[in-house]
Amino acid sequence: MATVSTVLNRERAPVPVPKPGSPRRRVLLLADIVGLSPTLLLYGLFIVVPVVFAVFLSFTSWNVIGTLRWVGFANWSRFFSDPGAHHALLVTLELVVFSWLVETPLAMALGLFIAGTQRYRSVYAAIYLLPLLLSTAGIALMWEGVLSPEFGGLAWFSFHLKLSFLNQNWLGSPSLTLYVLVVIIAWQFVPFHALIYQAGRRTIPNELYEAARIDGATLAQTFRYVTLPQLRYTVVTSSMLIVVGSLTYFDIIFILTQGGPGDTTRVLSLYMYDTGFLQTEFGYASVLAVVLAVLGIAVALLLIRATGFGKMDSGREGIS
Amino acid sequence: MSSTSLTPPAPEAVASRPAAARVARAHGGRTGRAGAPGASRVARLIAFVLGTVWLVIVLLPIYYMALASFRTQGQYLTGNPWLPVGGLSLSSYSTVFSATGLGTDFRNSAVLTLASIVIVVLFSLGAAYRIVRRGSRFAAVSFRVILFGLAVPVQAIIIPIFIIVVKMHLYDTLIAVILAASASLIAVAVLLMVNYVRAIPRELFDAMTVDGAGEWTLFTRLVWPMARPVLAVVSIFAGLGAWNNFLIPLILTQSNSNSVLPVGLYEVASTSQYGIDVPVVMAAVMLSVLPLVLLYFGLRRQFVQGLGGLAIR
Repeated sequence: MATVSTVLNRERAPVPVPKPGSPRRRVLLLADIVGLSPTLLLYGLFIVVPVVFAVFLSFTSWNVIGTLRWVGFANWSRFFSDPGAHHALLVTLELVVFSWLVETPLAMALGLFIAGTQRYRSVYAAIYLLPLLLSTAGIALMWEGVLSPEFGGLAWFSFHLKLSFLNQNWLGSPSLTLYVLVVIIAWQFVPFHALIYQAGRRTIPNELYEAARIDGATLAQTFRYVTLPQLRYTVVTSSMLIVVGSLTYFDIIFILTQGGPGDTTRVLSLYMYDTGFLQTEFGYASVLAVVLAVLGIAVALLLIRATGFGKMDSGREGIS
Repeated sequence: MSSTSLTPPAPEAVASRPAAARVARAHGGRTGRAGAPGASRVARLIAFVLGTVWLVIVLLPIYYMALASFRTQGQYLTGNPWLPVGGLSLSSYSTVFSATGLGTDFRNSAVLTLASIVIVVLFSLGAAYRIVRRGSRFAAVSFRVILFGLAVPVQAIIIPIFIIVVKMHLYDTLIAVILAASASLIAVAVLLMVNYVRAIPRELFDAMTVDGAGEWTLFTRLVWPMARPVLAVVSIFAGLGAWNNFLIPLILTQSNSNSVLPVGLYEVASTSQYGIDVPVVMAAVMLSVLPLVLLYFGLRRQFVQGLGGLAIR
């Protein structure tokens, strides 16, 4: 993530650097080591080493119990000819695209809404965030109750209000379930992204709105020519989090459908879980894991490049 | 949130000033009394309606869950799931405590959460202080390494994490979950801390250094006290992440005595006994979120910033 770190590294002038070999310099280095090594140790053991290890494993054949064998590119060529993997990739991309399409406009609208000053909006905003407090397991089980075909909340509407279209096998329909998952995931994450848009809206200088008003802009024009361009970095940040998040999305799908019905909701992370932890083919599962990570990083970099996010000047030091 | 975020007027509020009435007239818009243009009043009404629609969407499933949790299975199967008629009962809650074994999960989740908060907060503050001071190249390089981790999804490295934990003989221990969960949270925590510590004026560091303060004194007398507000934010961010984590404990533990809440909920719901007893599952989920909701309404501002995590500039 070279581009991101360049952005992030534009800090204020550091402490004056003492001459090499001076005692002051040694004190600073010692302090750096003491301050940073707990984080680096934890981080190295559970993030950096696993990243390297995952790449290494993808060239081996191993089921934990037996011996580890180097198999070269065998796992990788299997990936390129494995219809299961291609299908999982396709489902994942569908999930990503639909999630982005559903979440972005909703989150932007809600973010602008809760950036407003009326009192009731901040009360609404407080309630909007409730889904973020629930664990994904809790959210999955809650929706399972609502969507359950016979005794669930939606089924009740269909029986008692004669809204028969609500009587669907929401979580067991090959054509419907993926979209149901998109809706549930949106329910969980739209508030988070609304929060991002709210913060973004609040950093737009008021002078721009004054100017738009003096120029006689309508609300739609103000949105098109002031709000939207000013929110471009916010859109990038939020989109990046949506794309990378839904690329790797696992919990709710694992609990609600286990990839089913059939393999219609078996996303890449679920396929990796099945391959690794159910069939204990760690080598091949690592290929899927590496693909997952590379896709995530590539999308993030692409978005940064495409939008010129990396050329931001230091006056607007942004996170991610 | 940056300092510029203090109560700016909404776009609608801007447009409702007297001059905007002239503008609205010029564009053929109707103007209301006292200079409030009709267009913006309509816009505000639409915003109110749509905002309320989303409020209902957020609350409906939660309301459904809450109502179901106050019923017996019989009441749930025969009653109206959307209205509190036909009898309510607390029996599902007592079943959660007495029969499902989730009490252990509650305790384990509490331990996991508190331990993760302590580790993440202390480690990330120490790291952030050194990164902002930038006393050596080591700090700058470390920061880059930590930032790299922001891009790595835990799902992609869960297999190596599992193998490392097995090789360290930590499989099926709470310690493994604590360490892995903390590691997965620490990059964002460092970033939050760095942004905050960076805002401490250089002059304060310089003044204390002139007075003879060493690096350790700067940390205990300046950085730690100044960083208190962000400690709450990072604690909430880390606490939520640990309390609600699913994948890490799912992979790294197996016995009931080391199970944490999200995995325990999932397992209770998958058993043949309680899988069909929706009220018990709903009551368990309600109990799992209750501590967070109570904290949330007590510490809303810190929660919003903690939840914002990456969004904070």
